[in-house]
Amino acid sequence: MRTVVLEDIPALARGAAVLGTGGGGDPYIGALLAEATIREHGPISLAAVDDLDDDSVVLPVAMMGAPTVMVEKVPTIDQVSAAVETLAGYLGKKPTHIACIEAGGVNSTIPFVAAAQLGLPLVDGDFMGRAFPELQMVIPSLYGIRATPMTIMDEKGNRGVLDTISNRWAETLARSATIDMGCSAIISLYAMDGEEARKSYVPGTLSACIDIGAAIQAAQKEHRDPVQAVVAAVGGRKLFAGKITDLERKTETGFARGIVTIAGFGGREGTVMRLYIQNEILIAEIDGATEVTTPDLIMALDIETGEPITTENLRYGARIAVIASPADARWHTEEGIALVGPRYFGYDTDPVRV
Amino acid sequence: MRIGIDVGGTNTDSVLMEGDTVLAGTKAPTTDDISTGIVNSLDGLKAERDFDPGDIEAVMIGTTHFVNAFVEARRLVKVAALRLGLPATASLPPMVDWPQRLVEATGGRSYLAHGGHEFDGREISPLDPDEIKRIAADMRTNGVEAVAVSSVFSPVNDEFEVRAAEILAEELGPAVSISLSSRIGRTGLLGRENAAIANAALSAMAQTVVGGFERSLADYGITAPLFLSQNDGTLMGADYARQYPISTFSSGPTNSMRGAAVLSGLEDCAVVDVGGTTSDIGILVNKFPREANTEVEIGGVRTNFRMPDVYSIGIGGGSLVSAEAAVGPRSVGYRLTTEALVFGGATLTASDIAVAAGMAEMGDPSRVAHLDKDFVTAAVQRIADDVAEGVDRMRTSSDPLPVVAVGGGSILLPDRLPGLGEMVRPDNFAVANAIGAAIAQIGGEIDQVFTVAPGTRDDVVAEAREAAVDRAVEAGADRDTVRIVDFDEVPLPYLPGNATRIRCKAVGDLKGV
Repeated sequence: MRTVVLEDIPALARGAAVLGTGGGGDPYIGALLAEATIREHGPISLAAVDDLDDDSVVLPVAMMGAPTVMVEKVPTIDQVSAAVETLAGYLGKKPTHIACIEAGGVNSTIPFVAAAQLGLPLVDGDFMGRAFPELQMVIPSLYGIRATPMTIMDEKGNRGVLDTISNRWAETLARSATIDMGCSAIISLYAMDGEEARKSYVPGTLSACIDIGAAIQAAQKEHRDPVQAVVAAVGGRKLFAGKITDLERKTETGFARGIVTIAGFGGREGTVMRLYIQNEILIAEIDGATEVTTPDLIMALDIETGEPITTENLRYGARIAVIASPADARWHTEEGIALVGPRYFGYDTDPVRV
Repeated sequence: MRIGIDVGGTNTDSVLMEGDTVLAGTKAPTTDDISTGIVNSLDGLKAERDFDPGDIEAVMIGTTHFVNAFVEARRLVKVAALRLGLPATASLPPMVDWPQRLVEATGGRSYLAHGGHEFDGREISPLDPDEIKRIAADMRTNGVEAVAVSSVFSPVNDEFEVRAAEILAEELGPAVSISLSSRIGRTGLLGRENAAIANAALSAMAQTVVGGFERSLADYGITAPLFLSQNDGTLMGADYARQYPISTFSSGPTNSMRGAAVLSGLEDCAVVDVGGTTSDIGILVNKFPREANTEVEIGGVRTNFRMPDVYSIGIGGGSLVSAEAAVGPRSVGYRLTTEALVFGGATLTASDIAVAAGMAEMGDPSRVAHLDKDFVTAAVQRIADDVAEGVDRMRTSSDPLPVVAVGGGSILLPDRLPGLGEMVRPDNFAVANAIGAAIAQIGGEIDQVFTVAPGTRDDVVAEAREAAVDRAVEAGADRDTVRIVDFDEVPLPYLPGNATRIRCKAVGDLKGV
């Protein structure tokens, strides 16, 4: 069992931004919330998923809404724990563990808030192994585990319980409620027992976030190549290095879509990479040939500092390294590809692995 | 005629200008009381070119005084931060991410009250005047000298901030200054609120310093209006500057860039300001510095008000040169004139390389005659490559862009930068900051999230542009000269109704100058 202390939170946030693959929201506010909770309630224990008993009651928690709203209408700690307690009350069960749905971006830090305040261990890992934009895009969906009953909670004290016929419906109804709640809500869903968690969890991703963040910090401090440090920490490979020469953005159906063009350097002069973005970076193409696609992770890093760059902060002239790492193997099954493969996002291409 | 004055940490520079022509320019040391330095600088100006104080139409001052005071936590007053938004945001109270020394220097007092809006303008909870009155009473008991008011989504709707400020003013009286976050920053509660608190903390100093500026000019017989230069390169009146000292925080690099534009006659260019330790690179678009789109840390405090986008690299006149011909980032700084080889010192600096390469004349060139030619060439090349890379990084398109070099260290730069073409080197660059301050333009800006219904985009854009123009005119611009200099629309993900953030800036000539 690993204990997460106050000093680990900046590394956690940085590593979570790496696994956010450009999306998932800036973890800064989530990190401040986690720090505030740890200061008040003390450190958090991370439980290994394999150590869960069959009858454990595992309640995941996450933020739903627009990251741009979250930086203005900052969620409250009580809102986070109330979402969990409401679900526990509806189920008539006493939670034994808190869990994380999405290791990438702001949702990596929110479960730490609930765990610290409720005094419960947090299961080390998540349901995606990265960030994805919709709540049915989790590995438990592949096992037929239901997202609902789920609770949705705003900061005013409004709370809702949804019980839906499919995980897709949970996404649709929760999205509507989130908008009425001011586009920032806390949700608790995918309640499960220890047996279900053991088979559907991506193990170790939260401690991986801390390790990735710590690797970046150490490389910067010791003047080693921080990009290589991230590549080693995520077990991936470097795809490309270059300068952004074009950015094309538009928002369609609530998602920030875009295409980023990067002119290669460092031995790749004359080569062009294109990144296709819908909040997250979904496809990397080199000279017109698809190099890597979702579900594998494609990440943009500042070439000098190794700091992850979110898609809204990509800008013309930035010198970036693009790296990729393999997604959890279950995302590469037929059902996994149907849920999060390139065609789901509207790209007419077969998935390509790292 | 106008006078531009740059009150820096070391020197107070003045210029006398007519249109874009520099009639005279001088430097005098900055003094502790500021006023003496200004008077000395004006004396120098007068000695160079006599003028009748009655003929001066306007005086513009740029100063880094406020930003330095904040970073050094000097002369800050006891502040209270009041945030409207309960029950939202309670877990991260104001100043949660401030360094301890600045929390202590400002008293670190904060209050949370009901109020705030949603992203679409609905109320989170109604404002409770009695609650604000109770908070005001507690502020009075605790000797609060200035208040910063923030409200959730106040860039969308500022009514609660305005109303709360009215109540506070009634309860606390005119001696307590009040800063509103919606007047200072943009969306992003903590960054905007932090900027408002920093502004409030400087309020007493703003009264003293701006008052001192006015007295120095009055004593000199100058009755023309006083303006201060803002971060974005436009002017603000003295009364506005008393309320918003934070608007001067970045006027140093801004004025240097704007001065370079005037001196070179270019409207769109990259500017490289080479000092003793660093080279600051910025981009001018339509004569105004391009602004950073990320949060900017000042003295360890994250803020999100508008600052020019400046990229600094560790190359300056005092940069150390290693045996491998690597230049910087370490520097001898202001000790250049005693430590560099050409000045009889023992340290090989970038300035020594410039002398050895025949690019500059200073000190005793015989003291660098022993340097190997290939070594000198390699170091010169290194400087040129690093600066060229910095400029390239800042470019926003691949179109050709002229590069203007200013600052005492610009002798280090070759006449052509690799991949960028010829360098423009204007005269008078030593007083570029004062020239930048003397530019008589005034602006208005909006930065707001709009809901764009299908087919209404053109109307929304027109509405935004008109609002920016109106604000420029309100600030004192001549309506006939106002034009839009910056327009940006960014769609926001996960929000309904095609929510789009529109930023628009209009600028015009100062009326009557």
